Amino acid sequence: MRIVIIGNGIAGITAARHIRKQSDAEIVIISGESKYFFSRTALMYVYMGHMKFEHTQPYENWFWKKNKLNLVQDWAETIMPDQKIVSLASGGSVTYDKLILATGSKPVRLDIPGTDLAGVQSLYSKQDLELMEANTKSIKRAVVVGGGLIGVEMAEMLHSRSIDVTMVIRESSFWDIVLPKEESEMVTRHIQSRHVKVITDTTVAAIEGSDRVEAIKLSNGELIETDFVGITIGVQPSIDLVRELPIDTNRGILVDKYLQTSHQDIYAIGDCAELRDVPEGRKAIEAIWYSGRKMGETVAVTITGEPTAYQPGLWFNSAKFFDLEYQTYGFVPNHDEAGVSQYYWEDRTEEIALRIVTDTNGKVVGFNALGLRLNQQVCEDWIVQGISLNAALQRIREIDFDPEFTGRLGKLVKTEAVS
Amino acid sequence: MRRSLIYNALVIIGLLIFLITPILSRYELQPNHLYDAIENEAVAADLENRLHSFMGQSASGLSLQINVRNAIDDTNDATIARYSLNEEQQRLLVNLMIENKFNQENVDKIFGEENEFQRQSFTDYGNWLYGRPFVSREAAETAVDQVMENIEKFEITTKYGIDRYERKSIQYQLAISSIRGPAVDQPWLFMLLSYGLMIIGALGLAFEKLKRPAGVNNDGVFTHPATSRKWLGILIGTILITFYIVLYFFPHFMASWIVMVNPISYALSGHPAGQFFLYGFLYTLAVLVMGVRMLIKYRFSRYQTYRTISVMFFQMAFAFLIPEILVRLNQPYFDFKNIWPLDYDFFFDFELNKLLAGGNLGVFMLVWGILLAAIGVPVLTHFYGKRWYCSWVCGCGGLAETAGDPFRHLSDKSVRAWTIEQGLIYSVLVFAIVMTAGVLYTYFTGNATVLGMNSFKVREVYGVFIGAGFAGVIGTGFYPLMGNRVWCRFGCPLAAYLGIVQRFKSRFRITTNGGQCISCGNCSTYCEMGIDVRSYAQRGENIVRASCVGCGICATVCPRGVLKLENKADAQRFEPNGFIK
Repeated sequence: MRIVIIGNGIAGITAARHIRKQSDAEIVIISGESKYFFSRTALMYVYMGHMKFEHTQPYENWFWKKNKLNLVQDWAETIMPDQKIVSLASGGSVTYDKLILATGSKPVRLDIPGTDLAGVQSLYSKQDLELMEANTKSIKRAVVVGGGLIGVEMAEMLHSRSIDVTMVIRESSFWDIVLPKEESEMVTRHIQSRHVKVITDTTVAAIEGSDRVEAIKLSNGELIETDFVGITIGVQPSIDLVRELPIDTNRGILVDKYLQTSHQDIYAIGDCAELRDVPEGRKAIEAIWYSGRKMGETVAVTITGEPTAYQPGLWFNSAKFFDLEYQTYGFVPNHDEAGVSQYYWEDRTEEIALRIVTDTNGKVVGFNALGLRLNQQVCEDWIVQGISLNAALQRIREIDFDPEFTGRLGKLVKTEAVS
Repeated sequence: MRRSLIYNALVIIGLLIFLITPILSRYELQPNHLYDAIENEAVAADLENRLHSFMGQSASGLSLQINVRNAIDDTNDATIARYSLNEEQQRLLVNLMIENKFNQENVDKIFGEENEFQRQSFTDYGNWLYGRPFVSREAAETAVDQVMENIEKFEITTKYGIDRYERKSIQYQLAISSIRGPAVDQPWLFMLLSYGLMIIGALGLAFEKLKRPAGVNNDGVFTHPATSRKWLGILIGTILITFYIVLYFFPHFMASWIVMVNPISYALSGHPAGQFFLYGFLYTLAVLVMGVRMLIKYRFSRYQTYRTISVMFFQMAFAFLIPEILVRLNQPYFDFKNIWPLDYDFFFDFELNKLLAGGNLGVFMLVWGILLAAIGVPVLTHFYGKRWYCSWVCGCGGLAETAGDPFRHLSDKSVRAWTIEQGLIYSVLVFAIVMTAGVLYTYFTGNATVLGMNSFKVREVYGVFIGAGFAGVIGTGFYPLMGNRVWCRFGCPLAAYLGIVQRFKSRFRITTNGGQCISCGNCSTYCEMGIDVRSYAQRGENIVRASCVGCGICATVCPRGVLKLENKADAQRFEPNGFIK
């Protein structure tokens, strides 16, 4: 049996590794972006000089041959599902018995004049990073459009090279479509404290310049001169490869609970997959590392003979905004919801915040943390057990995952004892 | 930006002044220098004679050393000519051999009573040849030549001449006593111009970091020429390697630096400085100044702050000040935190005798050192991991964690490097144990030969290749090329010992937080011990490795709060946490 995987990101590679653990099937991994698997989330550190590109590769180069994982560095061009053939940009082709699509995301394009000017780009792939390196050589000013995770990463990257950064965001504070008001404002303040100018409640009308970007025109008519524009208004599933095929798609490639597409023997996992039946508390498309990894683990079991439903479990995510770490577990709405009560504590000078959400029965259902590290196992246990807020606060030290001597949660306990 | 240029300039100017003081120094040799340096008056007189025209001249260090060395060689040649076998004796011996009359009786006849030294030494070095058949005159001549060579090298030079240990000591002492020049006349001024400028510059650069907000800042680490194995890193490495080679093997060329710190040595111990006082002084200075940099860089992390203060304290107090003050109080020089087998000469005869002669305190030191190695290490490592020593107390660790911090990412993370590491470090541990056992056997029995090997020779080989070569030249000289823990990772026998306890019998581990790892690689990149931390974290496994020194940098640089150093009951140390399949 030959299993072909298109895409060598975390979803595709996790699938390949787990199939290899359980079977001797031939495995071919196709990617045009890079020969070896790398951590996409680490690209920013290469730009900032914290690492070299090779450090973003979690496995040494001998690993692939040793585990008989055949890497093909090429772009998949078309798929012929009836003949079970993938044809490649270089002209070759690969036949398969099972096909796993793990094609990831692509940046959402901004539909305004001037986005094709030199110096205007998004950031997703290794090639984007190389382009950004070239685009930002000895520039002084940059504008980042969009207030999401990649936007703040891009701002941090540019800032590390002493480039003046302005962020233009549609929302009234950073990432408030996800973060509750208080956290969103704390993150916004943090970004501003890094000398990044944040323009809120504003969109971009046009990008101006003759052949290279010279300025950006805001919806309010204001003109900002700039040498570079980063467009980070989100990502969408990368499904061009299957758009013409008789495979059901919506925004992403539609998959059932076994991660199988509408076509037998073709599976889709990771950012490009869209779940037909969405598990409770989850979304149909989750373009995050952890979901990609989980889908890879699951599809491997199914393909090696034991059909297994995708059970993503409790939602969790994490990020870092400049120097401010963020973790979330379970259900944390970004606005007040009926029946849901929220406990929130923050220390502005130390930039730490903790939110504990409880449902109508008073059971803990979610955590948000800024500037604190929480123990995932304990947070999930508490949510599964449905302990009360009081019990949680009494046992608060148990969720502390900060380094020894940090004592930030201890500070919370003290504050609580006083109030 | 402009200010950091000034600070960089200060460091460079200070370093240049430091490096040119040996060139500015002159040497004026006087007869009394010779008599002070050499016990045997006849030998000193002979040297004085040979160096007559050189006396009182203002010479460079190189010229002094060449002249002294030549004079010593000439003295030795003359001594050998006087005490070795003459041509007639050689001819007669060869005749005995080919005539098959080669025995003690006939040999005695050749020398007669007036040549007792020659007779005795030839008997000692040649009697194993008695009765052997020699087919040709050539074979017999070769045999006699070989015996003579051994007699000259091991018998005559040692007894009547100057052997290589004495020669080194004489060269060193003559340099120290005959040196003249600005560093001798104005030690404070030159210390100010060299150390002073370097300290101000380095501290200035460290304080520049305060302008950046507190947080992980490794911007440009892989592009800066000093920290990415580019020209500046190679230059720094070359200077360090040269410094260590001179320190261990040619200390007579660093006399100007040694006498420059005399005032400090007198103030502490009441004695003049030696090469290792200078080394301790520089070492402590590096730990303190770069420790301040470390404190500023990681000011957001209490773990890093406490740990850095700890290594700075132990280096300054335990490694530097206390031993010097003990000497001032007429007590044995002793570093209470140094532990066998890192402290490889702890059980050497001269060390044991020194402590045993040191009264109650000396005996206490001896017992303390033994208990620390035998009980302190396993017990403390059981509870806290090897970090209680390697990254909180140890001097080598102290330098690595302060001066070496800018280079921690240069360690090799490959599986191949790990394999080499295991092969090397446990070999050194075995070597240290065998060497020490031999030394103790000799100490208690007086017999220098153990299992066919001379224990003095073995300990010398250990000292040169492991103590000086590996720990010093490679261990520190290669900071900018192979990272700041080359010695601790590949060579330190104590680290090997601590590591075995940590791997199998300790509560210490680095816990992985659920499924939070995004495989970014910051942890592995910044692990000074070359541990591929990510390979564990991305599988949801704890990191339990013999080599981990518990510096905590992996947890510090992790952007997702995945790693935590902990001492926890060890039931599930090796179990994956189940979040990642």
